[in-house]
Amino acid sequence: MRSFRTLATYGFLGVMAFVSVFPFAWMIIGATNTSADIIKGRSWPGSALAENLSTLVTTNNVPEILYNSFKVAIIGTALTLLVASMAGYGFEVFKSRFKDRVFGGLLLLMSIPFAALMVPLFVLTGKIGLINTHIGVILPSVAALSLLFIMFYFRQATIAFPSELRDAARVDGLKEWQIFAFIYMPVMKSTYAAATIIVFMAQWNSYLWPLIVLQTNDKKTITLAISSLGTQQLPDYGALMVATILATLPTLLIFFVLQRQFVQGMLGAVK
Amino acid sequence: MKSMKSNGWAFIMPAMVMIGLFMIYPILSSLWMSLQTGRGMNLSFGGFDNLLRLTEDPVFLQALLNTGTFLVVQVPIMIVLALLMATLLNNPDLKFRGLLRTAIFLPCVTSLVAYAILFKSMFALDGVVNQTLIGLYLIDQPIPWLSDPFWAKVLVIIGITWRWTGYNMIFYLAALQNIDRSIYEAARVDGVPPRAVFFRLTIPMLKPVILFTCVMSTIGTLQLFDEVVNLTEGGPGDATLTLSMYIYNLTFKFMPSFGYAATVSYVIVVLVAILSFIQFYVARDRK
Repeated sequence: MRSFRTLATYGFLGVMAFVSVFPFAWMIIGATNTSADIIKGRSWPGSALAENLSTLVTTNNVPEILYNSFKVAIIGTALTLLVASMAGYGFEVFKSRFKDRVFGGLLLLMSIPFAALMVPLFVLTGKIGLINTHIGVILPSVAALSLLFIMFYFRQATIAFPSELRDAARVDGLKEWQIFAFIYMPVMKSTYAAATIIVFMAQWNSYLWPLIVLQTNDKKTITLAISSLGTQQLPDYGALMVATILATLPTLLIFFVLQRQFVQGMLGAVK
Repeated sequence: MKSMKSNGWAFIMPAMVMIGLFMIYPILSSLWMSLQTGRGMNLSFGGFDNLLRLTEDPVFLQALLNTGTFLVVQVPIMIVLALLMATLLNNPDLKFRGLLRTAIFLPCVTSLVAYAILFKSMFALDGVVNQTLIGLYLIDQPIPWLSDPFWAKVLVIIGITWRWTGYNMIFYLAALQNIDRSIYEAARVDGVPPRAVFFRLTIPMLKPVILFTCVMSTIGTLQLFDEVVNLTEGGPGDATLTLSMYIYNLTFKFMPSFGYAATVSYVIVVLVAILSFIQFYVARDRK
């Protein structure tokens, strides 16, 4: 009975792990096969890697696409972190009953789905003339994607920020913004690291809002490029596999290098 | 003292401005828009006309039904799978624990668009999945994953489950690790069967986390967009069309109908509110 249970446990978890990892292997093997072979289910490496690469590079301006993706994701992440950590700090350190009410109200907004915002956001972005600009992608997605979540995260983390540090800095004559920039930020760097990973992931993988705002090819991000290649009448899966590797590699690298902070960041909300 | 207070607001202000401009203003303007009818920018006040249109719009009803199906079928499957795997992985005697956990968590790093494309190629008619299933003698005809309304829904559910189960599992694992092991030890000494330990001990203690993941998954599923657009394009027909995709189509694909699209988007807001309330109500502490 006991050995059967052990066997069932390993069997079940083994199958689950295999199913979880298989698409990654499929993506890498697929990059070396022709499109026709891929949809015929060929699951061993082929010799079409160079061909797939050149198809992708000739049909798409890959450096530009990657530049756009990194630009939107990095600026969006930096802005989210700055604005959210300032607010989380402000709400916790300068606590008042009124501020707590405001904070409670903001938390309610967290459950508003982005789908409910996209139509008026599109109209608004059009009115301020930001359609087909990266700023038009960044500003609304910073506000609507993860700002509230990260603000909440920072407020929770700020509880552990020692008030003696602040008092000492005040005695030394530091201004409030200096305390934030030179004391709080370095002390909280592991919180910043965890938040960076979560926000960068969300920004890098974001699809719906860039799809709405960006209209010309020279502005497109990698998710948009993959989507337009993939929804063609006859998609070239070989080139697509190379593109999905490019889209997955940054987040995969972050995951393997910073696994602990990665998981810590994800769990931030329920602690 | 006064300057300290104003300083506090200075830290909060940038966030307030951004949220006000890009969340509060849109949600209010969406409410106003939903009362207007007409195409493009030529809107006129229509009162509740859009609400009436909802009840007579077969595409909307189909999208609502599809989204509801995904929610009702997928979320329970995923939560149960995640709970089961977390419980098994929490056993300290398990070998390859870290490796298995990392493998099961890995799908979370992919972008929704990228994995949708991968799945589309894997679930092609002569693709690797059908070949494997035939090879294992589980089926004798290839399954038309992408061209049959039923199987296309199944495919979307498989996709979302693949992407999000490991994510939910991590929350349960973290919660399980906070539970004192001696409770389990005591249950074992008293000879409580594993099934009873799971239902009487683990589930009640994980209730807050389960509630949290259920609410998050509900909100996520109601907004389902990236996967269906890239995996099935809402098809075949409208078999996998979701509410979010319909809002997008109404606004950006057909002649733009902002007022009506805003009305459909409020359906999502109301559904999120109702379903979250129900979940909190069901999970409340009965005294």
